[in-house]
Amino acid sequence: MQRFIHTVIYALLFLSLFTMVQPLLAQDSVVSDDEVNEIAKDVYCPVCESTPLDVCATQACADWRELIRTKLGEGQSKEEIFDYFSRQYGDGVLADPPATGLSLIILWVLPIVLVLIAALFFSRIMRNLRSKPAAVPDTAAAGESRVERDVSATPVKQAAGDDYLARIEEEVG
Amino acid sequence: MSDLKESTPETEEASPRPIRWGMIALWVAVFSLLALLGWGLVNTNATRPEKGEEAPALSVEFFNGYEWEDRATADLLDMRGKVVVMNFWASWCVECRLEADLIEDTWRKYEDQDVVFLGVAYADVEPKSIEYLHEFDITYPNAPDLGTDISDEYEITGVPETFFIDKEGVIQHVQIGPLNQQTMDVVIQQLLGEG
Repeated sequence: MQRFIHTVIYALLFLSLFTMVQPLLAQDSVVSDDEVNEIAKDVYCPVCESTPLDVCATQACADWRELIRTKLGEGQSKEEIFDYFSRQYGDGVLADPPATGLSLIILWVLPIVLVLIAALFFSRIMRNLRSKPAAVPDTAAAGESRVERDVSATPVKQAAGDDYLARIEEEVG
Repeated sequence: MSDLKESTPETEEASPRPIRWGMIALWVAVFSLLALLGWGLVNTNATRPEKGEEAPALSVEFFNGYEWEDRATADLLDMRGKVVVMNFWASWCVECRLEADLIEDTWRKYEDQDVVFLGVAYADVEPKSIEYLHEFDITYPNAPDLGTDISDEYEITGVPETFFIDKEGVIQHVQIGPLNQQTMDVVIQQLLGEG
């Protein structure tokens, strides 16, 4: 009899514990808005261009968010959901489309090619600049002052100066 | 003396110039880039196919229960010899709801003739699409626009949009916005050769 009473007490305890824990378990399986938006922010609906799904107010976007919630509830991963959206609505709906086909060329190959072209042009320009001979001789190295260089560079003025000196010397006698 | 001889202009001209692979690669890259940009520009400026133009090829995978002639998939080419009325719609589209009964009634009116009605669900969630089809008791073939390939080809700007394609696969009328009974009857009868 005592054994029977103990069994009933244990059963009641187990039942009450189960009824307390069950809602908590059920709450865990409910997908929160934050979890939905974590994926929705990287998806763009083709109806509302340039507006991510998490902030788009149209019915189409609300439907798509519900679809994300359903798929998360089914236990699908972020990548699986992105794959589904890409297959169903095209790569264009993803903020970070997979690098295949045209998107591979535009997003990955093109920038590298552009950088290489720019580097090649830059190196050629630099090489051309280096290979040009210096236009002005290095007079400082020869010990010649700037004034002397200017005077020597103007022979007409020098000749005129000589004439003037000769006349003064003649007049002074 | 021999050094002087080597540096004379005549001898310099005689020696073959090395192939400048770097420059060749550079120009190839530049032209490829320009071609790619040009192609992108042409694609961006692509416009909706209009009356008199051949209808772009399309391939559909019908919703379960909405197949055409018991086929799960079909191409537009399979429908050659029939008038095709292709309607783009979505369950979230308010104006599509205004024309849904009209399209279904017209389908039932012409389904025994050489006409195929094809509904294409644009940017829609499948359970919602099916719900919509049930709600309006739609019976004509319907398919999702997988990968938005069809709407891209037909360059639609929204829903609803309807393309009337003749038996030779040429677009004969494009309806932007909801349809009305008169337009449907006139165009379909004309394309069936009754008009």
